[in-house]
Amino acid sequence: MSTVKFTEDHEWVLVEGDVATIGITNYAQEQLGDVVFVELPEVGREVAKGDEAAVVESVKAASEVYAPITGEIVEINGALDETPAKVNEDAQGAGWFVKMKLSDTSELEELMDEAAYNTFTAGLD
Amino acid sequence: MSGMNNQGRPTGVGELGEAGRKTFTGNRGLAQEELLIFERDSGACGVDLDEPDVFDDRLGGNRRKGSVGLPGLSEPDVMRHYVRLSQKNYAIDAGLYPLGSCTMKHNPRLNEKIARLPGFADVHPLQPTKTAQGALELIELVAHWLKVLTGMPAVAMSPKAGAHGELCGMMAIHAALEARGEGDTRTRVLVPESAHGTNPATAALLGYTVDSIPATEDGRVDVEAFKAKLGPDVAAIMLTNPNTCGLFEKDIKEIADALHDVGGYFYCDGANFNAIVGRVRPGDLGVDAMHINLHKTFSTPHGGGGPGAGPVVLSEALGPFAPLPWVIERNGRLKFADVPEQVEEVGGSTFGRMTAFHGQMGMFVRAAAYMLSHGSDGLRQAAEDAVLSANYVLASLKDTMSAPFEGPCMHEALFDDAFLKDTGVETLDFAKAMIDEGYHPMTMYFPLVVHGAMLVEPTESESKDSLDLFINTLADLAKSAKEGDVERFSGAPYLAPMRRLDETQAARKPVLTWSPPAPAQAAE
Amino acid sequence: MRYLPLTEPDRQAMLARIGAGSIDDLFIDVPEEARREGLVDLPTRQGELEVERLLGAMAAKNTPAGSVPFFVGGGAYKHHVPATVDHLIQRSEFLTAYTPYQPEISQGTLQYLFEFQTQVAMLTGMDVANASMYDGSTACGEAVLMAHRITRKKKAVLSGSLHPHYRAVVENLSDFAGYEIDPGAPVIDGTEDIIARIDDETSCVVVQNPDFFGNVRDLRAIADAAHAKKALLIVAFTEVVSLGLVTPPGEMGADIVVGEGQSIGNALNFGGPYVGLFAAKQKYVRQMPGRLCGETVDAEGKRGFVLTLSTREQHIRREKATSNICTNSGLCCLAFTIHLSLLGEEGFGRLARINHANAVKLADQLDALDGVEIVTPTFFNEFTIRTPKNARDLIDEMADKGVLAGVRVSRLWPGEDNLDDLVAVASTEINTDADRAAFASALKEVLS
Repeated sequence: MSTVKFTEDHEWVLVEGDVATIGITNYAQEQLGDVVFVELPEVGREVAKGDEAAVVESVKAASEVYAPITGEIVEINGALDETPAKVNEDAQGAGWFVKMKLSDTSELEELMDEAAYNTFTAGLD
Repeated sequence: MSGMNNQGRPTGVGELGEAGRKTFTGNRGLAQEELLIFERDSGACGVDLDEPDVFDDRLGGNRRKGSVGLPGLSEPDVMRHYVRLSQKNYAIDAGLYPLGSCTMKHNPRLNEKIARLPGFADVHPLQPTKTAQGALELIELVAHWLKVLTGMPAVAMSPKAGAHGELCGMMAIHAALEARGEGDTRTRVLVPESAHGTNPATAALLGYTVDSIPATEDGRVDVEAFKAKLGPDVAAIMLTNPNTCGLFEKDIKEIADALHDVGGYFYCDGANFNAIVGRVRPGDLGVDAMHINLHKTFSTPHGGGGPGAGPVVLSEALGPFAPLPWVIERNGRLKFADVPEQVEEVGGSTFGRMTAFHGQMGMFVRAAAYMLSHGSDGLRQAAEDAVLSANYVLASLKDTMSAPFEGPCMHEALFDDAFLKDTGVETLDFAKAMIDEGYHPMTMYFPLVVHGAMLVEPTESESKDSLDLFINTLADLAKSAKEGDVERFSGAPYLAPMRRLDETQAARKPVLTWSPPAPAQAAE
Repeated sequence: MRYLPLTEPDRQAMLARIGAGSIDDLFIDVPEEARREGLVDLPTRQGELEVERLLGAMAAKNTPAGSVPFFVGGGAYKHHVPATVDHLIQRSEFLTAYTPYQPEISQGTLQYLFEFQTQVAMLTGMDVANASMYDGSTACGEAVLMAHRITRKKKAVLSGSLHPHYRAVVENLSDFAGYEIDPGAPVIDGTEDIIARIDDETSCVVVQNPDFFGNVRDLRAIADAAHAKKALLIVAFTEVVSLGLVTPPGEMGADIVVGEGQSIGNALNFGGPYVGLFAAKQKYVRQMPGRLCGETVDAEGKRGFVLTLSTREQHIRREKATSNICTNSGLCCLAFTIHLSLLGEEGFGRLARINHANAVKLADQLDALDGVEIVTPTFFNEFTIRTPKNARDLIDEMADKGVLAGVRVSRLWPGEDNLDDLVAVASTEINTDADRAAFASALKEVLS
């Protein structure tokens, strides 16, 4: 069964088995504007929850993306190299950043579900 | 009609500007289109050189084969190419630049004339110093003026620009801490949130952790928050004064004393020195190192992005660590101590060399002409006029626009985007509409501590008429925005040589060099 | 004062609107003890006439390179700059323009930067170049830091024949940032074996070509050796005109190329301002320091240029920037690009050949003198001689005879006794037969 969770830093985590797909939310891409480049980590790298895992660049800003969970990077979205615009077009689908092998599923419980995240973003504006 | 998304990225092709009239050449009167130099290749040559007789080379077989790929043009064509390009540029000589923290003052041509005297321009850095005594004297003259104006005992002349000067000052601080045996324990540098990006970049380059100090509601460093961050691991603070909100840090002495009490050093970013030159000496405020942008306070030209110069005045504690070369006197003559051993002979302990040769001599000459022309009285008057002009702008516009901090300000006035709330006009659009009125926009979105910041520094070079027109223009733009005339802003500029450019495309698919077009397909 | 437009009535009217009684009211935030009532102890204002007189007298104490037979190189070179160049760079719209952050009104600057970047890439045989660094030495330092970022290693292996000022800049940056250097020892005849010093810890190898003494080499084997150890090859040059005749670093396997552009378009200026050239392979573009100008279109579909990839830079990335550089060398780039446009393919190649021919002529004349040895078997426009006389005395005595003979090698390598009889001699297109004859005859006298 797959579940989607969200963080206060506007990342989403889609869990299928012990693999999590991670990206930034639609709200985040709207705030950032046109994405021009995404710097992704190397496959095989171990990241702890809270480590800087990627950097998203727009024309005028660069934002760090922090790992929402601990694990190992097993795949990165190579399509973003050619077409960073996917992050704007489909942030929560084709604009995914990395897939990670989870090491601690209990970390997911600390994250928000979709309803909670929507309430959270509504309160930000 | 062209549309813009909210980063100012064009989303379609628009109509031809105001005139709407097509021409055969694409030129519009004096506004001429101009291709890249590579596209103007005619196979001609713009110089006359005689081919040397054939001879055996001494290149060891490493002779370049194949062409470089450069275009060939005659002298008249080269002249036209660059004259046409120049006509697409705004410049101080043409109009006001209200750029906060850039000090876009008048660039006197006397500076250029003196800099081109063969005795300054045509002298090699390594020719025997007995044949360049006047050059060394000139460096000493500028050094002397900088020391007296700042009230500091020493100055490092070699940094090539402001950011390079910051690096120099922080290296001197690091060297001084190392000499005290505290190089490894003092790892933190405190930097206000409002600082220019070069400050944290410099600290990080040297391996320091950057710790941000918040601002108070009145736009100054939060002294209590600052003191709470002090500890034995603090190496330095990097403070700009007047700060990037255009305000004098009232508590600067308290900050300096508290910092010195824990053994840290005070680096001052001197970008805003124009506000206080001749009236206040940073040495009297407890500063240990301060870079001075000669291309700001001392009128050397901005040149489209350089060259600048960033000499750094240093306190008694930091002076001994100044980088190479030092100018010293030996047997009645000036010479360079350009290796560490020679500096040790005069009691110094230089941290090393930051650049080849001696520094931006060409900019020293220009600054010297400016300093001598103004004199101590003129420089003081210049600072006063700069502060007066900024306050005049602030007082005139704070009700029509919105200012986060009550005056008085120093040499720059800070506005925010509160007055644009609910108008559909952002700071960026407001700035682009200024271009249509014939002005370069002010500094935008900096400092980061204020929303939609607009930082205006008129400098002392503007007449009252010029200031009044500028003020009235901004007032008109503010009124327009509040009245809902969004179109004036959203598609601006309409009248500049180019419309808004697609910066997203430039970053997604960088094209950084010209390539020859692919060869045409063979005819059938 | 001629630069200050405000009059006293203006000031009064402005103070009235502000609601301040006097200018002092606007300085109230300055702590009392730091307020200066009187003027600082410096001369008061002077008119143009006085300033010209004063500074003119200072300038007159210096010997301009163009006034004597001149052969000084060592990293900066006297060349002829066409009159068109200096005229154009003094146009208001170039001289007094700001950094092109507002591209709609800066296309003049942006287009010439794009042309400059293209020219530098062509000259060096590389894919991309930036819009300049301060000078060749700081460009070299930045290249080493860039190599460390890319390879994630910390050790730079430097050629011992790299210009000592360039080495010192690299050492300075490395000391502070905690990196390692293997500096090497100078080898004057071009036979340095740098390959033996490359190991798995090596992040980059820095080689100057032509080297400080003049030697010209094929760097392909060094490139291969560096790449085999997953290190980058950085090639530096101090005389950009050499690229008109010598195999460019891009064709020899260089990953990053840095150098001094002063020789084209820019006067000697006693050491600055100069212009640092920086080029690299396409795949490293996001790690490059400095400004980059890119092509794009505007809202009407017209081609235009903008500064791009700015998120690498200090004003956005702040502490994570690739460099802290902000202001670079704009006007010096313009001088470079105008001069190179005048030279073009034909002129640039010819200029390089004239430089080399003049150096060969001079070397042959000096070689024929008793006691003079040319220690660099290969060279472009600068070679190194050894004589029986101490170089310090030699240069001094030559200067007394009105010839500025070259650079004392030991000035840049103090403490290396085996180098103190060496002089680096440069010869460009400005040298005439009379200059060469004057050099040879003065040298003969000084050595007898």
